[in-house]
Amino acid sequence: MSPAIGGTLNRVDGRFKVRGESRYSAEVPVTNLAHAVIVNAKIASGRITAIDTSEAERAEGVLAVLTHLNLGRVATVPRLLPSLAGLAAPGQTFFPMQDDLVHYGGQPVAVVVADTIERADHAGTLIRIEYETTPATTLLDQARDRAYVPERIFGGLLPGHSSRGDVAKALAEAEVCVDATYRFAPNHHNPIEPSASTAVWEDVDRLTVYDSTQGPNAVQFTLAELLGRPPISIRVVSHAVGGSFGSKAMVWHHPALAALAARHVGRPVRLVLSREQMFTSCGHREEQEQQITLGARADGRITALRHHKLSLTSPFDDWAEPSLQSPSVAYTSPHYEGVYHLVRGNTITPTFTRAPGEATGMFALECAMDELAERIGIDPLELRLRNYSATDPESGKPWSSSGLTECYQRAAELFGWRDRDPRPRSRRDGQWLIGSGMASALYPVTQPVNPQRSRARLYNDGTAVIEAGVSEFGTGVFTAMTQVAADGLGIPVERVRFVGGSSDLPNVTAAVGSAGTSAVGSAVHLAATQLRDELIRRAVADDHSPLRDADPANVEVHDGKMVLRDRPDVGETYADLMHRTFVPDVEVLGTWNPPPQDVGYGVHTFGAQLAEVAVDADLGVVRVRRMVGVFAPGRVLNRKTAHSQLMGGMLWGLGQALLEATRMDPRLGRWANASLGDYLVPVNADAPDVVVDTIEVHDEVVNPLGMKGVGEIGVVGAAAAIANAVYHATGRRQYELPITLEKLL
Amino acid sequence: MKSYQAIRTTPAPDSAVVRGPGEVEVRLRVNGATRTMSVEPRVSLLDALRDRLELTGTKKGCNQGACGACTVWVDRRRVLACLTLAISCENREVATIEGLADGDTLHPMQQAFLDADALQCGYCTPGQIMSAVALLAEGHAGDDIEIREWMSGNVCRCAAYPHIRAAIRRVRDEKGSGDAAR
Ligand code: FES
Ligand code: FES
Repeated sequence: MSPAIGGTLNRVDGRFKVRGESRYSAEVPVTNLAHAVIVNAKIASGRITAIDTSEAERAEGVLAVLTHLNLGRVATVPRLLPSLAGLAAPGQTFFPMQDDLVHYGGQPVAVVVADTIERADHAGTLIRIEYETTPATTLLDQARDRAYVPERIFGGLLPGHSSRGDVAKALAEAEVCVDATYRFAPNHHNPIEPSASTAVWEDVDRLTVYDSTQGPNAVQFTLAELLGRPPISIRVVSHAVGGSFGSKAMVWHHPALAALAARHVGRPVRLVLSREQMFTSCGHREEQEQQITLGARADGRITALRHHKLSLTSPFDDWAEPSLQSPSVAYTSPHYEGVYHLVRGNTITPTFTRAPGEATGMFALECAMDELAERIGIDPLELRLRNYSATDPESGKPWSSSGLTECYQRAAELFGWRDRDPRPRSRRDGQWLIGSGMASALYPVTQPVNPQRSRARLYNDGTAVIEAGVSEFGTGVFTAMTQVAADGLGIPVERVRFVGGSSDLPNVTAAVGSAGTSAVGSAVHLAATQLRDELIRRAVADDHSPLRDADPANVEVHDGKMVLRDRPDVGETYADLMHRTFVPDVEVLGTWNPPPQDVGYGVHTFGAQLAEVAVDADLGVVRVRRMVGVFAPGRVLNRKTAHSQLMGGMLWGLGQALLEATRMDPRLGRWANASLGDYLVPVNADAPDVVVDTIEVHDEVVNPLGMKGVGEIGVVGAAAAIANAVYHATGRRQYELPITLEKLL
Repeated sequence: MKSYQAIRTTPAPDSAVVRGPGEVEVRLRVNGATRTMSVEPRVSLLDALRDRLELTGTKKGCNQGACGACTVWVDRRRVLACLTLAISCENREVATIEGLADGDTLHPMQQAFLDADALQCGYCTPGQIMSAVALLAEGHAGDDIEIREWMSGNVCRCAAYPHIRAAIRRVRDEKGSGDAAR
């Protein structure tokens, strides 16, 4: 690898962002633009009995009011399939405004289009809707008795039930048992950019949608099915996306509603969700409860793990975030049982939320591990080491790479873990009780199923453009791809421009499941290296080249110059060759075929999380004083941006542990705190300094560059480390997130 | 580089003339230039900047005063543009992120954000930077505790906070808080 990879290159899009020049989806200049506003159902279950739009229609500047009576039917509602699959990826198997039924609070019931945003907003308030209300289920507690075990969850990708060995027998024989139930409040992603779609029909069968999404192609394919048009008539552009965290991973209703509204009024239409609508329009982490039973020998060796999850899903889909997957392989446990239980309620289908499943599942497991360590009387870190599994406990196959024990070791050093007095309430700093806790982090390495493509074009001045359809929502992927391309071509990063964010570009999967950078990176790597090889091939075949008749395998490229490996003074630049042969540019399409789902190895990313908290002895206020996270995500393309993402993930864990909860008002069937003032996310004052380090494990199985992803692993285990630290500080176990102060009084 | 210390302008004239509710002509001074537009009095400064003047560097995160993405300066003070009516800013000096750099040369705070990787998605960033520059001028960057407190009106969901603090410290330490704002 050349110096282009690794390192700490500043974000290539950073310059535009600090100047306020990046155009997000609601900011692309469009002439003759009209503004659309969605009106949402105020009830959670029932039927619209009357809808009076006359006053809204008469209001100044209003161009149209659309309801189920005049919107028209969508062609097909595709079934829910995670966007990693590379196909249409609706967030739920339901499209609103097709009939008079209301299935959940906040369901879209009307769209108002006007010439200004203020007028559209105002007209929305003038629509009068009458409902017939039927009883709604919006909390787990209302419907436990109706729980069922689904055959498959997660868009059909995972089984609802799995087991190995005989868990009941193993638990009965266990020398030590920990049995605990953990409850999790619903969480909302709340990216600071609300989702926005700007739809422009250039003519009757050419639609461009500027959309805030993790996958422009997923939006294109979903719109094609909903609108009943071929993909060639739809272009989706996403230049810059203001955060997502899963809220923009699937395709929700607003891009299609914007397109339908634009067609109706014959003008481009911009539809921006309000902050309140962000709580009812793009899924959430569902309310859930997890029961863990750990059986172990007296020395701490785990013999059995039973892990059940109960959660609320929508009337349309069997959705549960896959909380049981990573815990099932975290430690050696010969006997295992994992079961998802679902309850149907009046909600939008829940969706991916950063570290979807692992954030909650590993919380439960890692808190139970802390209890087990205490029960047995050994250090929590030592307990993890005793149960470290060198193979995937599920398949028995070796890990493609791990690094977990190195992560523990390095994190413990950075934190000063060895000096810890294990007794709860053993440290005090004036008013504050001080405690520290730890947890393991695991996240599966997910792979796209379809080929990933990228195009590389080298110009005869030695600069290159690299293209792929991936969007940039804060992951640093444009920066990392610039580096991968520069490395593959053997030219400096300054001579590379990466272009992404459009469905017109070579197709890559939506950047989800921490797989975005590795999927597109593999394609970019192949495109760049194949382009390099093509230039070398031409040089050695050219009579006038100093490299004539050289063995291509003996040619390497530095700074745009192809030279003999053993005689670096012999060679010529790409530019020289291309000028001499009258070639303006050379272009190559790189295609990466992901490995089969069973690669013969266990594939997971590992890490270790440590946290120190201070708890006010009288008031119960918890402050996180410091966090240390060490992860082994395979190859790190850019230390700066990768560490930023890991740090952000860890602070997400802090939010999950202490702050974040969306509260349902069961009387109304609506969220009671749908705003950034009431749904608390970490602010600067909440965020301690965070130490992040990475262990670079070599992995030849996962993809050509050996990357395992950094988008979500930072979240995993962070909340458990904090909860365990709270226990260490106070002597009080925490079984419910978030840990709000009344739980410590 | 532009100064946080804007030119003192005359206070708004106390006028008894009723304007609106239809569209009225509003003149704003934004980043030193006079801009005129026809808007209803209910139009916020944020929507005026973004939708009428195409100054989309100022972001809309909540439209409720809860996230700070829309932070701009009005007469040297940081304000939330989503909670400010455009018409109330007539005869005042409005400064936005687009006016901060000096041509191609970034403001030291912009450069520090870039170098410290104090951004990920970048959507909160213009607001963070407008707050951060003001913070130094206000004298609220003495130590990290102060920075944490006085930057807490700007939510960063990517949670770049430790790096945001590092960027602010760098500008503070390079310049001394007195003239860092310039
Ligand atoms: S948009 Fe003004 S504070 Fe959020
Ligand atoms: S950089 Fe994404 S919200 Fe701050």
